[in-house]
Amino acid sequence: MLDEARRRALIETAARSVIDHADELTALDQAIGDGDHGLNMKRGLEAVLADLDSLAAKPLPDALKAIGMTLVMKVGGASGPLYGTLAMTLGKELPADPTRADLGRALGVAIEAVKARGKSEIGQKTMLDVLAPVADALTHGGDPAAVASAAAEATIPMKAIRGRASFLGDRSIGHMDPGARSSALLVAAISQTAEKAL
Amino acid sequence: MNAPVNPANGNVGIVIVSHSPDVAKGTAEMVRQMVGEEVPLAFCGGDPGGGLGTSVEAILAAIDRAWSEAGVAILVDLGGAETNSEMAIEMQPAERQGRIVVCNAPIVEGAVIAATEASGGASLDAVRRMAEELSPA
Repeated sequence: MLDEARRRALIETAARSVIDHADELTALDQAIGDGDHGLNMKRGLEAVLADLDSLAAKPLPDALKAIGMTLVMKVGGASGPLYGTLAMTLGKELPADPTRADLGRALGVAIEAVKARGKSEIGQKTMLDVLAPVADALTHGGDPAAVASAAAEATIPMKAIRGRASFLGDRSIGHMDPGARSSALLVAAISQTAEKAL
Repeated sequence: MNAPVNPANGNVGIVIVSHSPDVAKGTAEMVRQMVGEEVPLAFCGGDPGGGLGTSVEAILAAIDRAWSEAGVAILVDLGGAETNSEMAIEMQPAERQGRIVVCNAPIVEGAVIAATEASGGASLDAVRRMAEELSPA
């Protein structure tokens, strides 16, 4: 049962996993973007943590919608609307106490919403390249954290088509996409905490 | 960020969204000097922490300041400005949503040409088309 204590653990662990790697994300983004991904995500997720008591008290769908709205308003950059859309769509699609199959299906819907928001597709060196195999693993079996980590590594040889990194063209090849890395961090934190909690 | 006081008329409003507060302000100054006071105009720049970037909250406020019943045309610089502007449009009340557009045009030239068109009472569609003629296909 996903009670208040478990919701709190999930939200807090997920937020901290990215905040603790803010410098690494910034370094990745300095290589191929504008160098603000770590700082932006840290600002947005610290705003989420500031609201942790009230978020943990809400049913999961409402908590996710509220987190999404906070990310939209506080992150800045393109990652605010992208992660905000992801969280808000999950909030719309998930029941209060989701199963693994619910998570796979809801993530599939959320991926479509993120594609529309970012006008991007899978294979363009973005967070989608991590989220899509994770949705597949949730639905068809596999360890989501391991899949996410491998998928983030697999963005290294990709060429960016969307976002600031696309200005670099071939020079974007050879660096891990920062959005793919932050997505992998979130997936790892959530799946480890969920395994303990569910 | 305060835009100049907007004239109460029926012309399309212009919103300028840059990653840089200075670029946003400078672009708005060029529009005012070259086009005059006939167009509702607002600008914003900078992320929610005050660094370079864009903020949905600031864009929502700029749309309010430049709001006109004829609609609002938004000019943006780089990727995040466009994504955040589209997010801001979706967060508007339903009756406004169809009357706000992001123009696919260079920010400075687009803002000046869009405002010039708007100052003559052109429709939102015409304002956008004129700005987008500046864009490479």
